[in-house]
Amino acid sequence: MKHTRTSNVIAYALALAAIFPAATGVGLAQQGQANRAGQPQNPVAGEVHVFPVRGNVYVVTGAGGNITLQTGKGGILLVDSGLAAMSDKVVAAIRTVSKEPIRFIVNTHVHADHTGGNENIAKLGSTITDVNAFSDIAGPSEVPGAKIIAHEAVLDRMTAGGNGQPSAPSGAWPATTYITKRKDLFINNEAVVLFHAPAAHTDGDSIVFFRRSDVISSGDLFTPDTYPFIDLPRGGNIQGILAALNHIIELAVPDEREEGGTYIIPGHGRVCDEADVVEYQTMLTIIRDRIQDLVKKGMTLEQVKAAKPTFDYDAHYGSTSGFWTTEMFIEAVYRNLTKK
Amino acid sequence: MRRVLLVLLVAGGIPASLFAEVDFLGYWHSPMQEDGPERGGGPLSGEYVGIPLNDSARLRADSWNASLLTVPERQCIPHPADYGPSFSNLQMWKETDPASQAVIAWHTHISWMAPERTIWMDGRAHPPDYAPHTWQGFSTGKWEKNILTVTTTHLKAGWIRRNGVPRSDRATVTEHFIRDGDVLTWVTIVYDPENLTEPMIRSRDFTLDPYGVMGAYPCESVEEVVRAEGVVPHYLPGTNPFLTEYATKYGLPQEAARGGSETMYPEYRTKLKALMSSSVPK
Repeated sequence: MKHTRTSNVIAYALALAAIFPAATGVGLAQQGQANRAGQPQNPVAGEVHVFPVRGNVYVVTGAGGNITLQTGKGGILLVDSGLAAMSDKVVAAIRTVSKEPIRFIVNTHVHADHTGGNENIAKLGSTITDVNAFSDIAGPSEVPGAKIIAHEAVLDRMTAGGNGQPSAPSGAWPATTYITKRKDLFINNEAVVLFHAPAAHTDGDSIVFFRRSDVISSGDLFTPDTYPFIDLPRGGNIQGILAALNHIIELAVPDEREEGGTYIIPGHGRVCDEADVVEYQTMLTIIRDRIQDLVKKGMTLEQVKAAKPTFDYDAHYGSTSGFWTTEMFIEAVYRNLTKK
Repeated sequence: MRRVLLVLLVAGGIPASLFAEVDFLGYWHSPMQEDGPERGGGPLSGEYVGIPLNDSARLRADSWNASLLTVPERQCIPHPADYGPSFSNLQMWKETDPASQAVIAWHTHISWMAPERTIWMDGRAHPPDYAPHTWQGFSTGKWEKNILTVTTTHLKAGWIRRNGVPRSDRATVTEHFIRDGDVLTWVTIVYDPENLTEPMIRSRDFTLDPYGVMGAYPCESVEEVVRAEGVVPHYLPGTNPFLTEYATKYGLPQEAARGGSETMYPEYRTKLKALMSSSVPK
């Protein structure tokens, strides 16, 4: 099992590389090499797998970011859609557990490892809608294309492009957005609540809570094997990530003997529960406090880096190479905490 | 000669595993005769002697504040599988296949916080990486002669010692359950690439108690301290005022209290004597 965390970190790095391929030079073709030590029953990088989480909720792994799948007679709801290049495999994996039409794709945030499959997958689905408006298109009350839902900021970022990235194709845009603190959905006899986490991993993060199943999709607000990627150009902030983690802890309730209970599907990595989020929140709060203390002492960024405020957590969460290094994480936190 | 042949023939017809299986069924009393201070009131902050911890684990432990245990989400956490044997009494029972009577699993129940474990004996594989981790992990067992050897993976991040010395969720644990009459010795070996430079080995003894009864241990978290949301009690590096308490209390050099693999071995006593003769006033 020693390769467990390595696999997750590599998968995350590869997913991030897909967002900014020019920055890393890492391509999808290298995924097989990254995971060649994997056990047979474990996901192999480049391969997409579906694992049951609870009831009619599943996690789809290996397509970039984790995808949450909820299915029932009302159709399929996906939280995130993975990388564009993985869409065929994602759909094939989905079909191993459900033949229902894909109705909704909820995006937790804008990054391409979570939204890249929007267009490819949405066009295979359909939406129940007003009879009068569309009855001549696909049937009495069904129109082609699954509905894509996200916070308004996701749409803004997708349409604007920026940060060296082109705008996303219009077929990938969330046509249904929200600007409030939360948005309620109801599908497959279950309330599905979207909570906006302002200025966190990005400025458009959503926590998705499956209330009946007692499962939370956190997106990249929680990545149990890496320091959080704070996307400064897209409005990311450590304080927002901590607020979001505190919110997830508030929502989650452990089962007897503090095992299980509410399951949390992170943006990347294994399925977790409240205690895992508490462990992550503890780590991140301590590092935030340490850097805040160094900032208060008037230290420069270089002095803060030299003080190694993450030293005791680096073996688990850190990286000295790749897209998101420990130094970049420290710098992002420093920038957040010194911003006037 | 006939008798020897008969024994050999009978033995040849019985699976070797049947000779090896030992019964652990029953209630086992923990006499707590070893490592008393750690197992009773608890270790002092900064007491790392005998632990092969690395520098990053030492910093984590130095930052640890006992008030962390007052955070509601942490109040009812049981000791993880690798630390549970240090405390409380133990109940063990087995699950058998009704048809074959083969042992499918052994179960353990520790009284404090009532954690229960399942040790699968049916040869099943450990779960994939994406499976959740738990406080008790996922355990499989096999017989090595008359010793039950258990391998545990999928543990949540826990602790090597309950004064903040961390044990990561990447750790694996090997255990040996050894019964000698009415005495059970439970050996725990923790392999943690993140926090330890060598495996951490502990053994705990239990005595069979035919009159023992396991009590319930419900837990409900409460607000013990009013705090703002998200506050995590901890010490900033260099500010923990309690790190020298242990060495001071026992008249040890602070260097010894800081632990490390060297402090595990008998040879360290020579160095310790030299340190004490040079640092402790006569």
